[in-house]
Amino acid sequence: MLASGIMDEDAGSMLRVLESGAGAVVTKSIGQVQRKGHPNPTFVELDCGILNAMGLPNPGIDEYITELKELKKQNGIIIGSVFGSNAEEFTEVAFKMNAYVNALELNFSCPHAEGYGLEIGQNPKFVSEITSSVVNAVSVPVYVKLSAQVNDIASIATAAEEAGANAIVAINTLKAMSINLEVKKPILGNKTGGYSGKAIKPIGVKAVYDLYDHLSIPIIGVGGVETGLDAIEYILAGASSVQIGTAVYTRGIMVFDRICKEITKWMESHNVQSISDLIGVAH
Amino acid sequence: MMDKIITSKIIKDTIENECVKTIMFNHAEPIEPGQFYMIWIPGIDEIPMSVSVIQQKKKGITFRTVGKATKALFQKTKNDIIGIRGPYGNGFSLKGEKILFVAGGTGIAMIAPAVEQAIKKNKVVDVILGAKTKKDLFFINRLKQTKATMHLSTDDGSIGFKGFATEKANELLLTNSFDAVYTCGPELMMKKLYQICLKSNIIFEASLERYMKCGVGLCGQCVVGKGIRVCVEGPVFSKSMLKDIPDFGVFNRDASGKKQLL
Ligand SMILES: Cc1cc2nc3c(=O)[nH]c(=O)nc-3n(C[C@H](O)[C@H](O)[C@H](O)COP(=O)(O)OP(=O)(O)OC[C@H]3O[C@@H](n4cnc5c(N)ncnc54)[C@H](O)[C@@H]3O)c2cc1C
Ligand SMILES: Cc1cc2nc3c(=O)[nH]c(=O)nc-3n(C[C@H](O)[C@H](O)[C@H](O)COP(=O)(O)O)c2cc1C
Ligand code: FES
Repeated sequence: MLASGIMDEDAGSMLRVLESGAGAVVTKSIGQVQRKGHPNPTFVELDCGILNAMGLPNPGIDEYITELKELKKQNGIIIGSVFGSNAEEFTEVAFKMNAYVNALELNFSCPHAEGYGLEIGQNPKFVSEITSSVVNAVSVPVYVKLSAQVNDIASIATAAEEAGANAIVAINTLKAMSINLEVKKPILGNKTGGYSGKAIKPIGVKAVYDLYDHLSIPIIGVGGVETGLDAIEYILAGASSVQIGTAVYTRGIMVFDRICKEITKWMESHNVQSISDLIGVAH
Repeated sequence: MMDKIITSKIIKDTIENECVKTIMFNHAEPIEPGQFYMIWIPGIDEIPMSVSVIQQKKKGITFRTVGKATKALFQKTKNDIIGIRGPYGNGFSLKGEKILFVAGGTGIAMIAPAVEQAIKKNKVVDVILGAKTKKDLFFINRLKQTKATMHLSTDDGSIGFKGFATEKANELLLTNSFDAVYTCGPELMMKKLYQICLKSNIIFEASLERYMKCGVGLCGQCVVGKGIRVCVEGPVFSKSMLKDIPDFGVFNRDASGKKQLL
C-alpha cells in the first residue's frame, strides 16, 4: 500500500496509485485546520535516500472531505491518516473521516513538526490516551503509526494495543539533516527533516522484528521498501503488509505493480503458496 | 538519480526591465526548452524556474519579481551562490514546420529558447510577445536577431497590436496555416488559445504552472487531473493531455493543497 504523504493530496492522485497496483492508499496526514507546511526546500536527495521536511501541509479536514467523497465513489481501500497535538484534535479529525475511509492511521511519528507526531509519539501515556479516545469515537479499524526513534518502541506499541489499536504501522522517517558545503548552512527550509528510502530499511526491519515479539495485532512494515525482496524481508520479520513511499520516486509510480510481480516471482521460485505462510518466519 | 543540489556562482546577471532579470550560471547538463530547474535561494526558498538561456556549458533563468523568493533572487549579482537541481519535466515537442509561439508576460522567458531552437531546426516561426504594457515586455532584441517573424501585443496598445495576445493569435490563425501552436503565459490566456485550437487538428502545447515542492513526482503537490504531476508529466501538455485535465483554466492548489479558483 501507498505510505502517507506521497501522491495523496487529492482524489485523482490516489486513484492513479490504486490503478498502479497498490492494494490500498494512506492519505496524507490531515489536521483540524489548514497548514501550509514548511518553506522550501522541503526535499533533498542524498546518497542513499532522501530527506524531506514537508511539515504536514494539508488543507484541513473540512476541505479534505471533498477529496475523500470523490474517492469513495471508486472502489479503493482508503486509510485516512490523522495528526493532532492532543486527544481532542485527533478525535475530531478521525470522527470526521470515519464515514469515508476503511481504516484510520494515527500519525505519532512525524519527526519534523513541532508539537505533533513524534513529539507526542514518544510518550506511551499520550499514545494510549489518544488511541483510546479515537477508538471510542469511530467505527473503522484504527492503526497507530510509530517512529523508530524512541527509547522502546515495543512499550509504546503495547500501550497502543491495550488502548484498542487494530494494527501498528512502523516506521516513519528518521530525524536527519544535510548541510551544503558552499553555503555552509542546512539545506532544508526547516533545517531538520526526515530521512527515508533504502538506507532506513534495516532500521524498519529491526523495529518490526521487535514488535512481532510483543504484539498480537498485525504490523504494517514501512521504510525503504523498493523491491519485492525488501517487502518479503519485512514480512519475514513479522509484517502482514508493507507501505511504500520513497520508491515512488526511485522506481516510478508503477512501483506497486512491479513489487507485486517481484513478490509473486519470489514465491513461485521458493514454492510458497500463500504470503501469510511467511509472516514472522525469521523468528 | 541526479537530483542533488549543485551550488553554482552566478556568472552574469542582466536586468531585462524594471522587474525582470536574467541570471546565468555554469551548468553543463543538456536541457530542452520548456524544462525547468528548482532554484535554491539559500535561507529563503526553493522555486521552480524554466530555462531561458541554453548554451553548452552555461544556462540561464529569467524571472519577474512577484514575492519574497523572486525579490531575493533579484538582489543576487555576479559571484553570489545559488543552488540548482534538475533539469525537470518535459519540453515542447516542436513538431510541425510552420509554428506559432504565443508568450504572455513572464511566459516570454521560456518561449525565447524554444523559438531559437525551432529556428535552428529550420522551422518557419511566428511569435507573439504579449504583455499588459510596453515596459513589461523583454527579449525583443534577442528574438529580433532570429529569423522569427515578431508580433508585439499589449493590452493598452502602448506598442504593437492593441488588445489581448489571444486576439492577435486568432487573427494570425485565420490568415495563415500553422501546423502548431506553442504557448506559455497566464493560464486563462492559454485556455482561450486551447479552445481556439480545439476547432481544428492543429498541434497545440501549453506550459502549466503549479505550486511545486519536490519537483520529482513524489509529494503530489503539483498534481492536476487524475494524478498527473506537472513536475514530471508536464509542465508542457498537449491538446490530448489537456482534455484529461479538468483543472486547466479553472483552479490550482496552494501550498497546503487547498483549491483556489483561477
Ligand atoms: C514549471 C515552472 C516554471 C516557472 N518558470 C518561471 C520563469 O521562468 N520565470 C518566472 O518569473 N517565474 C517562473 N515560474 C513561477 C515562479 O516559480 C514563481 O513566480 C515563484 O515561485 C514566486 O515565488 P515568490 O516567493 O517570489 O512569490 P510568492 O509571493 O511566494 O508567490 C507568488 C506566486 O508564486 C507562486 N509560487 C510560490 N512558490 C512557488 C513554488 N514553489 N512553486 C510554484 N509556484 C510558486 C505562488 O503560488 C503565487 O502564485 C515558474 C513556475 C513553474 C511551476
Ligand atoms: C515527502 C514525504 C512526505 C511524508 N509525509 C508523511 C505524512 O504526512 N504522514 C506520515 O505519517 N508519514 C509521512 N511520511 C513518511 C512515510 O509515510 C514513510 O513512513 C517513510 O517515508 C518511510 O518509508 P519509505 O522509505 O518507503 O519512504 C512522508 C514521507 C515523505 C518522503
Ligand atoms: S512537486 Fe512534488 S510531485 Fe510535483
